[in-house]
Amino acid sequence: MRVILERSNLLKSLNHVHRVVERRNTIPILSNVLLQANGASLELKATDLDLEISEATPASVEQGGATTVPAHLLYDIVRKLPDGAEVMLKTDEDGNAMSVVSGRSSFRLQCLPQSDFPELSAGTFSHIFRLDAHALKGLIEKTQFAISTEETRYYLNGIYLHTHESGGKLMLRAVATDGHRLARAEVEAPAGSEGMPGIIIPRKTVSELQKLIDDPDIAVTTEISDTKMRLTIGGVILTSKLIDGTFPDYQRVIPSGNDKQLVIDRQSFAAAVDRVSTISSERGRAVKLSIADGLVTLAVNNPDSGSAVEELPADYASDPIEIGFNAKYLLDVAAQLKGSEARFMLADAGSPTLIHDTADENALYVLMPMRV
Amino acid sequence: MFAVKAMPVNDPSHGFCRDCLALQRGAGPRCHACGSPRLLRHPELYKLHLAHIDCDAFYAAVEKRDNPDLKDKPVIIGGGKRGVVSTCCYIARIHGVRSAMPMFKALEACPEAVVVKPDMEKYVRVGREVRSMMQALTPLVEPISIDEAFLDLDGTERLHGLPPALVLARFAVAVEKEIGITVSAGLSYCKFLAKIASDFRKPRGFAVIGEAEAVGFLAEQPVTMIWGVGKAFAATLESDGIRSIGQLQRMDRNDLMRRYGTMGSRLYHLSRGQDDRRVSPDHEAKSVSAETTFDSDLASTTDLVPVLRALSEKVSARLKKARIAGRTVVLKLKTQDFKTRTRNRQLADPTRLADRIFQTGMQLLEKETDGTKYRLLGIGVSDLSDDERADPPDLVDLQSRKRALAESAIDTLRDKFGRKAVETGYTFGKGRNAHPPEPIED
Repeated sequence: MRVILERSNLLKSLNHVHRVVERRNTIPILSNVLLQANGASLELKATDLDLEISEATPASVEQGGATTVPAHLLYDIVRKLPDGAEVMLKTDEDGNAMSVVSGRSSFRLQCLPQSDFPELSAGTFSHIFRLDAHALKGLIEKTQFAISTEETRYYLNGIYLHTHESGGKLMLRAVATDGHRLARAEVEAPAGSEGMPGIIIPRKTVSELQKLIDDPDIAVTTEISDTKMRLTIGGVILTSKLIDGTFPDYQRVIPSGNDKQLVIDRQSFAAAVDRVSTISSERGRAVKLSIADGLVTLAVNNPDSGSAVEELPADYASDPIEIGFNAKYLLDVAAQLKGSEARFMLADAGSPTLIHDTADENALYVLMPMRV
Repeated sequence: MFAVKAMPVNDPSHGFCRDCLALQRGAGPRCHACGSPRLLRHPELYKLHLAHIDCDAFYAAVEKRDNPDLKDKPVIIGGGKRGVVSTCCYIARIHGVRSAMPMFKALEACPEAVVVKPDMEKYVRVGREVRSMMQALTPLVEPISIDEAFLDLDGTERLHGLPPALVLARFAVAVEKEIGITVSAGLSYCKFLAKIASDFRKPRGFAVIGEAEAVGFLAEQPVTMIWGVGKAFAATLESDGIRSIGQLQRMDRNDLMRRYGTMGSRLYHLSRGQDDRRVSPDHEAKSVSAETTFDSDLASTTDLVPVLRALSEKVSARLKKARIAGRTVVLKLKTQDFKTRTRNRQLADPTRLADRIFQTGMQLLEKETDGTKYRLLGIGVSDLSDDERADPPDLVDLQSRKRALAESAIDTLRDKFGRKAVETGYTFGKGRNAHPPEPIED
């Protein structure tokens, strides 16, 4: 293999694929990126056996061929080459090493044969639809923070993507929860998604996907089967296994009878929560909200260091209520809201509370209160 | 009680007799008052205040005390179907018997030995008597096990009218007289060396390691004398050519850290006799666990699950009693060939519920039931905190609240009518392994 390409193209593609490669690997080939040169392009591919990202980038191919080299090493080398440089990648005759030559710099990297590189066979997909990147990014960003990291409930370690009919309209919904909070976002279901199986997209795939969507104007082709999904974003193809599990019936969790409405300025609320929670020793301490006519009092009490109180004007007309929430969870939700106001729907101190985005009726958040 | 009590003792050139506590102004080899050769002299004798006390062959000593026929016979405490020696008296040790030795080997080495089954309740009772005598000396008593503890006697001189060394010697004599067993004491300026000292002249020993001699003394000792250097780590050190603590003393701290991580830093400090750990009487538990060794090895899920359930309930009961909770569940298994497997899993929130400990343990156990035969199973939690934030209500798992309520109902019934009043189907009728004996409260 012998190819010449622009450093910027190579860096962009490596940037897309190299993150898939785990820093520590027990299987050597998984540390490597697969390079395949043919026609007028160089295809790069990386995998961790659950997720595979590949991208083809324009290159002048003097001699076709393929090999694999350590992904992070190659990325670091290319990253440090000067802007605007040209890079030549050339394998030895015996295929044991690859040279990276640019200007006066020259590197030799050890190769592993491309035949050892695992293929994440995609199989056949039952559903295919196109979704604009902007919508997909929105679904991810609004829900990603609520994904659970708890191994015990592996089926919560991702975003549940499925279709749901509401108000006579078919919607494509993303839901994530860790048992303490739940985030739900939806967009109108694109053509082709009707009847798709509900899928759970693993956390790592979600986070890579979010980074790959840098151009909000393109359409993302999404293909789905029961066990895998494939997304084509411009020149990048991401193939991922799905979490093999049943996502819980989240509809039962979303309260419908909460009748106490609190409307509050989002930014000053977030700032106040942030301020009072300074006094708590560890993250995850409760903030107590005392809500009465037109006024919310936020209080944090930490027996080890002291206490904090802040008052905020609010739009509230129901019976007074005292309720506690994890400060971090309140901030996470507040960070997602687009509107200038947050609308809380409360029932009592022990029941889940709903939070609406006043600027986006397709987003919904549920928070479990804490004992205070 | 003793005449010496009123005597001012601050001259380091004067030693004392360990049997009658008489001050020794001369340099003779025997006590001028009682003729005993057990004299203690040390330049730092009246300055040091950190002590380690260890009962000599504790279980065996208690049995000999209660049955004078055993007095001059080799006695081995141990038994049960898994015969291993848990303690043996010093006569048996002369024949080569050691604790943790399989019983058949011990009896090969010493066929005339009398084997006594352990009576844990009795040992705990006697251990407590010894401990309360220690607590009369200083509030700073940190028990390490049923029969040993660290004592910090700093600042007790005016209270007792005696320096720590004499207080300890008087204590050793008193234990012998009042309880009828012997102890060994080590006196130094830090925990590490106090423990080494108490082990030095066992049984009925009393050894002193002063600050001035510490480095020189340690230089001669093998690395295994350092706390935390077991067989495996000693082998690692050996492969790097390190056998004596003296070699460690000549090594650079960074080099040791690079080679052995945090353990390297410990080696650096301990090898130089630097140990600033304090004696803390309310030493907080880092984990709560329960384990059991089976009568015969078990491999199948059917056999192991009831045991796991029973042990989870035991752990949960202890957590609830102490009002604490743990966030990491740890499963421990020991295979037929004595290899230990530990597996752990972190939960999103601390728990104190038997149900959650058990369910998490089950997930860990599933991966290990591959036909391997196990001799021991244990379950526990670590990463402890108070139970204020434990087991919060969950949005998704609506059953968890019901199970928690059911568990607290079971707890109430058990409190009222005893542990066997209510059982889950996991353990009911599942035999001895699913019903480990009541834990002995220590």
